[in-house]
Amino acid sequence: MTVAETAGSKGKRGPRTLFDKVWGSHVVVPEKDAPALLYIDLHLIHEVTSPQAFAELRRRGLAVRRPDRTLGTVDHSIPTIPYDAHSIDPMAAEQISVLEENARQAGIRLFGPGDSRRGIVHVMPPELGLTQPGMTIVCGDSHTSTHGAFGALAFGIGSTEVGHVLATQCLLQRRPRTYEVRVEGRLQRGVTAKDVILALLARIGVAGGSGHVFEYTGSAIRSLSMDERMTICNMSIEGGARAGMVSPDDTTFSYLSGREFAPKGAEFDRAVERWRKLATEEGASYDASITLQADGIAPMITYGTNPGMGLPVTAPIPDPEEFSDLSHRRSFSKALQYMDLQPGTPLIGHPIDVVFIGSCTNSRLSDLRLVASLLKGRRVADGIRTVVVPGSQMVKKQAEVEGLDAIFKEAGAEWRESGCSMCIAMNGDALLPGQYAVSTSNRNFEGRQGKGSRTFLASPLTAAAAAITGVITDVRTLLNGGIRASD
Amino acid sequence: MHRIETFASRAVPLPTNDIDTDQIIPARFLKGTERAGLGTCLFADLRFDSSGSPVPTFSLNRPEHQGAQILLAGGNFGCGSSREHAAWALTDFGFRAVVSSSFADIFYNNALKNGLLPVVVDKETQGTLFTMVEMHPEEELTIDLPRQEIRWPGGSRSFPIDRFAKTCLLNGVDELGYIMGFSDAIDRYELQHEEGGEVDES
Repeated sequence: MTVAETAGSKGKRGPRTLFDKVWGSHVVVPEKDAPALLYIDLHLIHEVTSPQAFAELRRRGLAVRRPDRTLGTVDHSIPTIPYDAHSIDPMAAEQISVLEENARQAGIRLFGPGDSRRGIVHVMPPELGLTQPGMTIVCGDSHTSTHGAFGALAFGIGSTEVGHVLATQCLLQRRPRTYEVRVEGRLQRGVTAKDVILALLARIGVAGGSGHVFEYTGSAIRSLSMDERMTICNMSIEGGARAGMVSPDDTTFSYLSGREFAPKGAEFDRAVERWRKLATEEGASYDASITLQADGIAPMITYGTNPGMGLPVTAPIPDPEEFSDLSHRRSFSKALQYMDLQPGTPLIGHPIDVVFIGSCTNSRLSDLRLVASLLKGRRVADGIRTVVVPGSQMVKKQAEVEGLDAIFKEAGAEWRESGCSMCIAMNGDALLPGQYAVSTSNRNFEGRQGKGSRTFLASPLTAAAAAITGVITDVRTLLNGGIRASD
Repeated sequence: MHRIETFASRAVPLPTNDIDTDQIIPARFLKGTERAGLGTCLFADLRFDSSGSPVPTFSLNRPEHQGAQILLAGGNFGCGSSREHAAWALTDFGFRAVVSSSFADIFYNNALKNGLLPVVVDKETQGTLFTMVEMHPEEELTIDLPRQEIRWPGGSRSFPIDRFAKTCLLNGVDELGYIMGFSDAIDRYELQHEEGGEVDES
């Protein structure tokens, strides 16, 4: 029996999507009454959602099946000040040391606190060339969707499933439906990948993609860099889709070429030949689809307490009366009350307290370059705290080689070690109750950035603009012709 | 693992859509390494004010809802992060089922794996139940997994559930044990599976 037969994919077959191919080649036992058993190529683990899974394996006397397909890093609870195990929150130190011990015992490679390559679990593997087209990738973290930018099927799982993958390298999964998100045309000046995904979420809402895997297609997606594709795939989960994917192309392959864990030489060439066959075929069909016009997308910002509550930065906050559905109206009113915002008023000019540049959505080198391009020769407004947190120690090092850190510091911003930082606010970095932040992160939920915190999600450019002016600003008014999102 | 049987209980209403996992359990409570004991952190920022006192208007704090084992929630319940701590906090607090018009995918899976039954009802039924629970908090709902039915005084509805999940919940099937039963198939697959995820050429 061949793998393909095991996968149950023989017989008649029309044009297939990227998802169809990656799913089909990873089915160990096909779906019948029970879900399919899906093989996992790469399992990423971190300090918060893995300890309970290791404990379960110990309780049952099970070993980690494939430590070589498992990889750990520390990001969620590690502080972004230089690490000292003796002076940090003892609970965070305990989580980190438990992961170190679990990884040591199982023989799992861990990019621990002292490693010069450690970083956010969705920033580090791509930059090391570990994330590759056609793979299945899981992690006990919902933003695992990020890795789909490479044409991998990547999604977040709970800790019980982390245990399943540790013990068996497999997961029980029902086949999700597919959803094409087509973005055509060219992004306007001052508009970034972050604005594209916020515009999508504003259209479809936070449950619009439930039960589906997004595939991002169209000329606008094709013209994006890998960093930008990762930003978009990252927030697929904010639309309710567990995964988002982009068919791999030359942009993908040239990004991977020469990376530490990517194939080398003739092996790389053979890999590219394989990877090229993954792209969605002409005429393949999806279960749902939507098309956005890139040139109609403005810089976006959220006003509410979920990422679907977003609008063009120049638009007024909608009126609850616009929602016919009572429960929507109630959620919306609750959100505005929490944010202390008035319907019908514009967000432009609204004062803020903090700007957070970071998170697995927007902490890569290209994001930091964009922020630096705006901050160069300017100052952060008086009274505004601006925190810049690189996504990995490698991003940090390269930013310092390019002198970006000096630009941030001269402008009056804080420059930190890598980590999830203020996106999850469980590591010492948090807003104070009632504070407003413009954040490049992915969630504006109540209390997400600290108890009582109030978050406006936006692009790195819009965040930098707010840092300079101290209020919500249309970044296009600060551009001098030299900055384009994908530069 | 977690066997679910038919049970009846009062319900607590939480009529807000898109209750996310950060509201269910804020991230600052994720610093532990255990599953147990998270019930005290459930809905912490909604249940307690800044001085740590219970917010009297929050439904979980209201005397008439004490001891209820069913949470009646707005749509897209459990959106956001993959933290299974959300399901652990709900079960540790004493909930055995959440009834909503829809659930976020990862939360739904996590709930099933912890014996917390996610019951999907249509929006009209959801509205009926909200009204009933708010006007008659003493009324009990019955959740009957074998018949896939939710019943209340004056009505009943069937609810969908994955056939495999139902079998697991009713019989206490251990999913990890079930997967390990396929270890020969996994061995064979691994032998044929190249590094880096090959294309299925069939």
